[in-house]
Amino acid sequence: MQITVTVNGESHTRDVEPRLLLVHFLRNELGLTGTHWGCDTSNCGVCTVTLDGVPVKSCTVLAVMADGKQVGTVEGLEGPAGLDPVQQGFVQCHGLQCGFCTPGMMITARALLDKNPDPSESEIREAISGQLCRCTGYENIVRSVRWAAEHPAKEGADA
Amino acid sequence: MTVTENPTPMGFGRMHRKEDARFVRGRGNYVDDIQLPGMLHGSFLRSPYAHAKIVSIDTSAAEALPGVKAVITGKVLETLNLAWMPTLSYDTQAVLATDKVRFQNQEVAFVVAENHYIARDALELIEVEYEPLPVVADAKQALAPGAPVIRDDKEGKTDNHIFDWSAGDAEKTERVFAESEVVVAEDVLYPRVHPSPLETCGAVADFDKVTGKLTIYSTTQAPHAHRTVYALVAGLPEHKIRVISPDIGGGFGGKVGIYPGYVLAIVGSIVTGKPVKWMEDRNEHLTATAFARDYHMRGEIAATKDGKIRALRVKVLADHGAFNGTAQPTKFPAGFFHIFTGSYDLEAASCDVTGVYTNKAPGGVAYACSFRITEAAYLVERMIDVLAYELKMDPAELRLKNLLKPEQFPYTTPTGWEYDSGDYPRALKLAMDMVEYDKLRAEQAEKLSRGEYMGIGISFFTEGVGAGPRKHMDILGLGMADGAELRVHPTGKAVLRLSVQTQGQGHETTFAQIVAEELGISPDDIDVVHGDTDQTPFGLGTYGSRSTPVSGAATAIVARKVRDRARIVASAMLEVSPDDLEWEKGKFFVKGDPDQAKTIQEIAMAAHSSLELPEGVEGHLDATTVYNPPNLTYPFGAYICVVDVDPATGQVKVRRFIAVDDCGVRINPMIVEGQVHGGLADGIGMALMQLMAFDEDGNHLGASLMDYLLPTSLECPSWELGETVTPSPHHPIGAKGVGESATVGSPAAVVNAVLDALKPLGVRHADMPLTPSNVWRAAQGRPIRTDLAITE
Repeated sequence: MQITVTVNGESHTRDVEPRLLLVHFLRNELGLTGTHWGCDTSNCGVCTVTLDGVPVKSCTVLAVMADGKQVGTVEGLEGPAGLDPVQQGFVQCHGLQCGFCTPGMMITARALLDKNPDPSESEIREAISGQLCRCTGYENIVRSVRWAAEHPAKEGADA
Repeated sequence: MTVTENPTPMGFGRMHRKEDARFVRGRGNYVDDIQLPGMLHGSFLRSPYAHAKIVSIDTSAAEALPGVKAVITGKVLETLNLAWMPTLSYDTQAVLATDKVRFQNQEVAFVVAENHYIARDALELIEVEYEPLPVVADAKQALAPGAPVIRDDKEGKTDNHIFDWSAGDAEKTERVFAESEVVVAEDVLYPRVHPSPLETCGAVADFDKVTGKLTIYSTTQAPHAHRTVYALVAGLPEHKIRVISPDIGGGFGGKVGIYPGYVLAIVGSIVTGKPVKWMEDRNEHLTATAFARDYHMRGEIAATKDGKIRALRVKVLADHGAFNGTAQPTKFPAGFFHIFTGSYDLEAASCDVTGVYTNKAPGGVAYACSFRITEAAYLVERMIDVLAYELKMDPAELRLKNLLKPEQFPYTTPTGWEYDSGDYPRALKLAMDMVEYDKLRAEQAEKLSRGEYMGIGISFFTEGVGAGPRKHMDILGLGMADGAELRVHPTGKAVLRLSVQTQGQGHETTFAQIVAEELGISPDDIDVVHGDTDQTPFGLGTYGSRSTPVSGAATAIVARKVRDRARIVASAMLEVSPDDLEWEKGKFFVKGDPDQAKTIQEIAMAAHSSLELPEGVEGHLDATTVYNPPNLTYPFGAYICVVDVDPATGQVKVRRFIAVDDCGVRINPMIVEGQVHGGLADGIGMALMQLMAFDEDGNHLGASLMDYLLPTSLECPSWELGETVTPSPHHPIGAKGVGESATVGSPAAVVNAVLDALKPLGVRHADMPLTPSNVWRAAQGRPIRTDLAITE
């Protein structure tokens, strides 16, 4: 069936099977491969994107459910002024290693900061608890999100 | 602390990662991101049985499905002589099952279709008739008389025995045990777990019929070794095989070996004439790729009454699954397990390891184990605590009494390892100071008086990483030396080509830092190329924390070769003898006349110019090298974990975790700390949550992330790190490996902490994972077999 999905502000119309998962729509139909796929049971969160501003696991959303909706992916985080503070924070605080969980983590962090600009460590840990990371032991991810909270203006981009 | 003072140092220091720029933008290039024109997609039909005869396979309905391009079975592979492939342990492994299946989820057929969804549909249409066979799910039953023979494909094989291997002086150990005042034995299981990187395994194979060249993009930690194995398996010449390992979403040892999926992607591409992608899902990854551990150990420790440890003896039953696919140096079927004497000064030690086949997936060496050192370190650190329990001694005091002393290095262990350097008491004292050990013990006693159970667990480990000396260490006959090539361009920018392959460890940053340190070229001006066998020198890849010890050394050496060439060029430029020049990071100057200097950039340009060079000097500024390490490096660490345990519910809360690591010279402390953080999370996961258990029919009980639990941000405490620096004397820059240290060292600290809490209840030992139900059972004095779905 035909759907129109707005991704990072750009409208895309495609004819898709109803069973197509949103994660595969983004990756295979639109070539937005920053969103990853890590498990089959909706646990790992590496596929996290926003759907009308709310973080969702895109492996657990059908593409047709995004019809007429706004989707935000990692590719949309960087603005004309440069990297989002969350992206800068991950670089500054070594919040990533292999980079596979990073896009989903940053999407969730952005959504958290939009709602709660000054989260505590435990609020950050709670917010990212639906997302697994195998490399960092989470410590530097927590620091990265705090860094972004403390540097809301887009400054010092060095990535 | 988190913001680096100098984001791009000219050498060692906290440099931000060059890799991050693409990853934070979603611009990494992982295998599943690769799209080639006309690319098809492959998927496996897998066995529902752990052990069953294959009576028939009917693929006709699948082949008739629109969009399906090929259905490949074991029979098809047999005609190509590819139904079986060699493993890294000189065994064989079924690529697609022909005669029978030997573990649940084993590969039975492969469908190639226009897309992944159609491929999955087609799998449903394949009809396989199985005749179930009795199953060996319990390693302890594998050698029982009458046990079903799993490997009846091997001529004359009438049992499930794989190998026996021993190390140490058994007679001497026996003697010391006989005359020791205290002898304690304990059965210690290191259960089967899985490295489970967030990116599963996958490949895109592209066979070009015109040129005869095969290009395979794959999740491999060892691209050059893979190329050689493909050449041996597929009969293609090596110069017609190009293995490309793009960005890898974590490896943790699970991406060292060759999996049937890689082979089938290649066969699929050859059969269809199109590129074929294979990307497994999490269930397939957990059930069919390399598991880790599964060592059933009986440890015995001999000591004096006042706590001087005299000897250690271990018997191991190693469950290797249905095919012996363990990845380790050829001469070491139990890896480096015989480093199990750990950090202590012993009179004698010996071990006997027996490997057996069971109806489970192959593997064993993975998950940051440094070739079985996880098992060795866990065993000795658990046995020390068991001894402390029996002697009613404080485990810290017992360790301090027995740790090797700095003046004993280089130290030869009773099983033959030569430790390079160490200052163990300093590291343990630092960790104890950081955690305020005496205060904690007082708090523990006070809490216990109120009926609250708190535990303090110590683990002091010695790692052995950097395989290895070519004379002793090879994989499938390939010596474990690694090449490096360095080219400095005319304007002084450089490209470094490596044989190792990062999976997140930051090589693109840190290897540039090594060159920067040696040549005084900014790391921003140095590109690190890896993961493409057409473009990089031969070497064995990244695992066993070997990149810094072997390739890091090669990088320093190749940079020094370039510097030697630069000295000659500079001497021609300055018209002085090379001996009259002195090096200062980034330039040569004339001794006693520092104004007479040439920078490395000026030298690079001159080396490519019409400058007249001495006879025999070819010009340009480049070099190659192969580094054959003289020994491993032996990093070490002192870890202390503090937990609160509720014996009534079995709930464990990790309150604090202190980790002091010593990996010699730190190239980039920021990256070292990140490596340690990740490994500590592994320790929490293995000690408290992770398990791949099996029921008596061989059904896999940890087949998804619903059951195989990985720690989240909520289970991990905020890590507290410390460091000491004891350089490796034999390494060109004094650096030791470190990546696996925390995974090796931390599980014992967590388990020792939980059991320390349960000590007042009379619990001496319980096996991982210490889940709430297992802790509750242990506190009740009930037996558990965590590896099987059997309780009581």
